[in-house]
This record gives sequence, structure tokens and C-alpha cells, in this order.
Amino acid sequence: MKRDEWKTLGWATALLAVAALLPLTGDGYLISLGVSIAMYTVLATSWALFSGPTHYISLATAAFFGIGTYVMGSGIEVLPYWVLLPIAGLIGGVLAALVGLATLRLSGVYFVIFTLGLAEMTRQGVTWYQNQTGHKGTYVLTDLTDNDIYWQLLGLAALVYLVGWGIGRSRLGFALRIIGDDEDVARHVGINTALSKVALFVVSGAVAAIVGAIIAPRYVYIEPSTAFTPMLSFQVVIMALLGGTGRLWGPLVGVIPFTLLWEAISSSFPNQTTLLLGLSFLAIVYLLPGGFVGLYDRLKGRAAKRSAMA
Amino acid sequence: MMANTVISLRGATKQFGGLVAVDNVSFDVREHEVLGLIGPNGSGKSTTLNLISGALPATDGEISLRGGTITGLPARQIARKGVSRTFQLVRLLPSMNVLENVMAGGVFGHRRRWGQSAERHAMQVLEKIGMADKAKSRVGQLTYIDTKRVELARALSGEPEVLLLDEWLAGLNPTELSEGIDLIHRLRDEGRTIILVEHVMDAIRSLCDNCVVMSSGKKIAEGTTDDVLSDPEVIRAYLGDDDA
Repeated sequence: MKRDEWKTLGWATALLAVAALLPLTGDGYLISLGVSIAMYTVLATSWALFSGPTHYISLATAAFFGIGTYVMGSGIEVLPYWVLLPIAGLIGGVLAALVGLATLRLSGVYFVIFTLGLAEMTRQGVTWYQNQTGHKGTYVLTDLTDNDIYWQLLGLAALVYLVGWGIGRSRLGFALRIIGDDEDVARHVGINTALSKVALFVVSGAVAAIVGAIIAPRYVYIEPSTAFTPMLSFQVVIMALLGGTGRLWGPLVGVIPFTLLWEAISSSFPNQTTLLLGLSFLAIVYLLPGGFVGLYDRLKGRAAKRSAMA
Repeated sequence: MMANTVISLRGATKQFGGLVAVDNVSFDVREHEVLGLIGPNGSGKSTTLNLISGALPATDGEISLRGGTITGLPARQIARKGVSRTFQLVRLLPSMNVLENVMAGGVFGHRRRWGQSAERHAMQVLEKIGMADKAKSRVGQLTYIDTKRVELARALSGEPEVLLLDEWLAGLNPTELSEGIDLIHRLRDEGRTIILVEHVMDAIRSLCDNCVVMSSGKKIAEGTTDDVLSDPEVIRAYLGDDDA
């Protein structure tokens, strides 16, 4: 590793350590906000691992997330908690692989629609099944507190960053950047484009499912409309785009302000949240096409030019 | 088929609906040979090149690389077996710098490298084509001939068995053209095997050992460059009946 990378690793570890201290404040509101931020950070970062380089917009986050919560909900009476997390990841990953193999040969637009449809279909499927069996929802009863959930999400975030960093340095990461630039060129330099895209989609699907499984105990009672809410998929996309997908840390700088803003909006205007979500989506796409990362790079480029002229 | 044949086409055919773009074309390319694939516009030269590189699947016929059939393989597998190409309209990777563009051809291709070794090798290729000083430039800042050079370097960095150049010299101004011809000449002197789709007659005369002439999808002539270019049927195909 180069010196810069050690420095980045040091900073990241320090930030993580500071973040891990949050529950010590004992402030329930802060901790619950921390859970939201950690959750969206993991979701948006793993989403960007796939969508950043390939430019495929996936709206399937809710499908994987919901499956994760249901794995936890239906398994918690039978299997130990810690076994259910990898099972959720496995099921999410397998579903992502199947969806990926079926759709990633298609062009971007079809992929977006398909993923949206997938989330909706899974939700309807679970609802139908529950109606057949006479349930409305499922109870997830554990003795996990918000603090435990928060620390688990933080650990998962660290893992996602490590995986993302590893992919960025690997041939796979290089292949994805080439695919994102020009898929025909990628094929002609010898890249297996379908396999590369599916591999990353599997990572993001598995992570979203694990997040769902970790969050499930917090809901206590889960039903399809909360576990598979399409709003989640859109929020993840907006946050990742607000931060910018060009860098690993990009989504994080989108998640923090957006979660705080969201918190303020949903407490002050509980009936207009969807409308305001739509407006903020438009504003981000128009005003910040590259997200905060793009803005940062532009400012840095301008500063470099100015110092070159001076 | 001779022992040192690199690429061989036997009855290669490509149909788009009712249109036969490449009609039963056969030819061989031997090692160290520079073969010109020439003919009027729309005669099927580029399509033939696309069949070899796997950009398009052949409707019929067989294409082989060093005796092994590559018909029907996807482009990535053909690339890995040692076929590299440039595109008729230059296709660089806009988010990457020059060095990364060149590395892209050497990481997944025929001879694979990664990390420092890939970077060193890409740098050597850039030196060879005279662009080492622009290794860190963004591709958006390059002149037209430099974009063509980068694309050529990308194709070379996988150390291919055969190089396919699709009108690589098209669109260059006279100064750039003579630089371009010199560059291909150096590759030829290195003993590379090249198939060249080209319109520029000066380039064809000075670079190609042999030529295959196509017209309306069919091969109408084949032989040494001088013979082919003085063939009345070839002249007729290019210029029409009145001038022959």
C-alpha cells in the first residue's frame, strides 16, 4: 500500500471509532438518527458500488431489503440471530444473481423498470402468501436494542467500505470502469461484461438483504408495506446521487445531510413527504449532476487552474 | 491453409434480413503479413472486420485463428485469443487518462498483466507510438491523431496475434497522414500481422503486402497490392464502367 492509502485508512478508522461512541451519549433521539444514517450509508454505498461505475440505476433495493427483514422475521423463532444474517445475505445475493443474469444484458432503461417491478412483485407475493395463511404481518421479538443495531450497521458499513476499496483496486473494478465508459470497447478488450456486472449486483443485493435483517428487530412487527416500501429504493438512489457515485465516500456525504433534511421534513410536513422527496430529486439532478463529489472535483479543478495561472 | 496462417476465412457470410453484406468471402492472412481489405463504400469491408473481431456473429461460413475456429465466439473470447482492433469512429474511454486507456487493452486481453507490470507495459507501448509525455493527459484534451494513436496503443497493449485496423488513417490531414503511415510502417517492420481496412491509396501501396478487394459483399480480387490495383475489374468497381 502507498502512504496515502495508509493515511486514508487511519482517518477512516478514527472516524469509525468516533461514530461508534455515539450510543454513549444515551440520547435516544440521536441514536435513532444514527441508526438511520448508518443504514442508509450501507445501502447507498453498496448501491453505488454497482450503479456508480456501470450507470445502471437499480430500484430493487427495497426488494432485497424486504427479503432480508422477512428472513429474519420468519426465521427468528427457529434459528439463532447470527445465522440468519448470512442466510439473508445469501438469499439476497442469489436473487440478485438471477435478476442480474436475466436483465443485465438489457440496456439501462429496461433494467430500471425491471428492478422497480421486481420490488413491487416481491411485495405483492409476500402479501398474497400472508393472506393465504391468514397472517397480516410477522413479529420479530429479540432483546436487541437500538445500540446493538447501530453497532452492527456500523460494522457492516466498515465491511462494505473494505470490499469497495478492494474492488476499486482489482481487475474487476477496472473492468467496471471500462464497461461504464464504453461497453463495446470492454467486450473487445476481453472483458466478460455480463459476469462483471452481475458480480457487483450480487454484492449490493446481498448487503441490502443483510441490512434488512439487521433492521427487522427494530420494527418489531413487519408487514409487506413497510418491509418492501418503494420509497426506500428511491431514497437510496437520491442519497447516493446527492453525494456522488464517483468515489467510495461519495454516498456518505449525501446520506448525512439528506437524512437530517428528511427528518426535518417528515416531522414538519408529514402529509407532503412524497411531494418533497420528488422535488428534492429534481433539484439534485438539475443543480448537482455529479453530486457533492462532482462539485468537490470541479472546485478542486478550478483552484488548481487558478494556482497554475498565478 | 499454410502452416503459418494466422487468420483464415472460409465462406464467411453475413446477412442483415434480405441484405447480404458479406457474401461467401474466403481469404487467408499469414504471419507478418499486412493485408489490405479494400473496396468501394458499402462493399462489406468493415462488416468483414466485425465478423473477425466478433462484434457481429457470422450467418454462415467459418473463421479460424491459427487453425482453431473462432466463428460464433463472443468478442471477449476472440480478443483473449489474440485479435485486437480499432474502431472506424475512435472509441476511447472518456473517464480515464491516456495511460489507463492503454492499460485497458492489456489487462484482460491476450497477454494479461496487472498492477505495476501493466502500467510499465502500457508506458512502453506509449513510448513506441510517441505519446509517453501525454500519459497522464485526459483523453478530451487530445488532438484527433493522438486519439487515434491512443486507440492503436490500446489495441497493441494486449500483444495481439493479429491487429485489425478499421480505417485508422481516415480523417487525418496531410501532415498527420504521413505520420500515421510511418507509424503503421514501424509496426509492419516489427513483423506484426495486420488486416487493414483502408481507403487511402498511398497508404495501401506503401503498407500492404497483399490486398483483398470487395464489392457488394463479394470478394472480386485478391493478390499482391500492385497486381490487384491494376486489375481492370478492381478499377471498374472503384470508378464505374466508363473509366475502365
